[in-house]
Amino acid sequence: MTALLSVKNVEKRFGGFTALGGIDLEIQAGERVGLIGPNGSGKSTLVNCLSGTLRQDGGSVHLAGRRLDGLPAHARTRLGLARSFQLPRPFASLTVAENVRIPLLYTVNARPGGMLDGPGLTARCLELLDLVGLVRVAGKMPTDLTQIEMRKLELARALASEPTLLIADEAMAGLSHGEIDEILALLLRLNRQGITIILIEHIMRAVMQFSDRLVVLVAGRKIADGLPGEVVRNPEVERAYLGE
Amino acid sequence: MRNLPFLVLALLAAAAVFGAAKFVGNSYVFFAGYVVLQYVVLATAWNILGGYVGYVNFGTAAFLALGAYSSVAIHKLFPMPIPALILIGGLVSGVIGLLMGYLTLRLRGAFFSIATLALAVVVQTFIINWSFVGGSRGAYIVRPRTTAFFGIDYIEYLFLIMLALAVIAVFSARCIEHSRLGYGFAAIRDDEAAAEASGVPTLRLKLLATTLSGAFMGMAGAPLPYYVTYLDPASGFSLTYAVNAIAMPLIGGTGSWIGPVIGAVLLGTLQQIATVTISSALNLLIVGLVLVGFVIAAPNGLLGLLRGERR
Repeated sequence: MTALLSVKNVEKRFGGFTALGGIDLEIQAGERVGLIGPNGSGKSTLVNCLSGTLRQDGGSVHLAGRRLDGLPAHARTRLGLARSFQLPRPFASLTVAENVRIPLLYTVNARPGGMLDGPGLTARCLELLDLVGLVRVAGKMPTDLTQIEMRKLELARALASEPTLLIADEAMAGLSHGEIDEILALLLRLNRQGITIILIEHIMRAVMQFSDRLVVLVAGRKIADGLPGEVVRNPEVERAYLGE
Repeated sequence: MRNLPFLVLALLAAAAVFGAAKFVGNSYVFFAGYVVLQYVVLATAWNILGGYVGYVNFGTAAFLALGAYSSVAIHKLFPMPIPALILIGGLVSGVIGLLMGYLTLRLRGAFFSIATLALAVVVQTFIINWSFVGGSRGAYIVRPRTTAFFGIDYIEYLFLIMLALAVIAVFSARCIEHSRLGYGFAAIRDDEAAAEASGVPTLRLKLLATTLSGAFMGMAGAPLPYYVTYLDPASGFSLTYAVNAIAMPLIGGTGSWIGPVIGAVLLGTLQQIATVTISSALNLLIVGLVLVGFVIAAPNGLLGLLRGERR
């Protein structure tokens, strides 16, 4: 079976520092993959290389058989790879509903046959906001949102592009116990609807609950990839997290 | 078609402005009004890139001068009616805007602004050394007293043309603001990386913005040689244009099409009154004082003040 995402030998250097030293990764459609690693291990760099925010120095990235490397970020989003940001980055001058409208206008409507008109766009915006539980704040400005609402807006905006693969970069950072469960439930629901998800997270409880596969990066290298229960018992992973 | 009522209203407002100027019956009203309308176009053009996309252009004078000097060059080669010169001026400045975009749009913030300032210096140096359009000596254009088409006074004709151009510029800005393009521009202004991640082709949109903005500035400059009758680099590349084009949208409010119009009408009129009552040398001082006042009291411009916003 062809993998949905195929990453081969992806490298990224910043001057003399190697942030990613040849990452290989294959993700099948429908998988829930947790990507973990200590700070500075290269998780966000990998996300940025996959999504096109950063240009990789070597290797290749394919999504559903289509080569992504070399394409700008917006083209990758249109092809079905969406991401949320580690720190919420809403469009501050636009309302919550308008924030979701942007990807609808530039991805769904940019695809062949996709032509949502005014009422269609509004209806789809509200549908997406309803999905993440933000419909009551649709007319508010992002600055008026709480932390969890900001996180949900990030996810709603990513979902608006109708992705096949969603990369959620620390979507639960800074949230309370209950709020983490809420986001977790949302991500699981999205996965059940057919969206493949890579979750980058430091909160181990959430990662273990969410993932059916765990990938560990340390110092720009993949040191483990497998079932979560096995990976966390891997001596190399223990050493990376707890030291010798 | 949903913009049609606005276009009708804008045309009615323009007709009312022209009627009011006619009613006053003093040709100086047309002379001063031309400058105010020119600033409406310039401020609106600046706002397309600076207000909608968030890229501050310090090179307004270069784009305006390119339009003006295109007219001088065409006038010397094969004279054409002013509407044709406006189209040519817009084309020349639009192409330069596109090239500037290609060269500078990977720069952001202050670096982009400094690059636009450098463009103004490069264009000015080029014009100073191009003797065909007068070089540093400047160029004279003898304008007729009346026009062949309307039989009206030439200044009234220029006023009418600038009025039409102002309607076109403001109408275009409003259409952009409420379109898919406008949403894309706003996304870039708020967060470029997030805009890309949302599928917005940021580079293409920024190039479109620099082209449109430059084209309208060039169009505003095209009739200038016929208005001033003597154009030299010092006046064509005057700092006043660059400063006013930034100050007017900031004073009116940058987020909407109406902000630059309000700023241009208020500040432009104030400058024209100061010119006839005190001295034209006070123009920049007035801009500076008003701008400082607004930065302190109404950082989001008059529109922000009306909405009760504070940055």
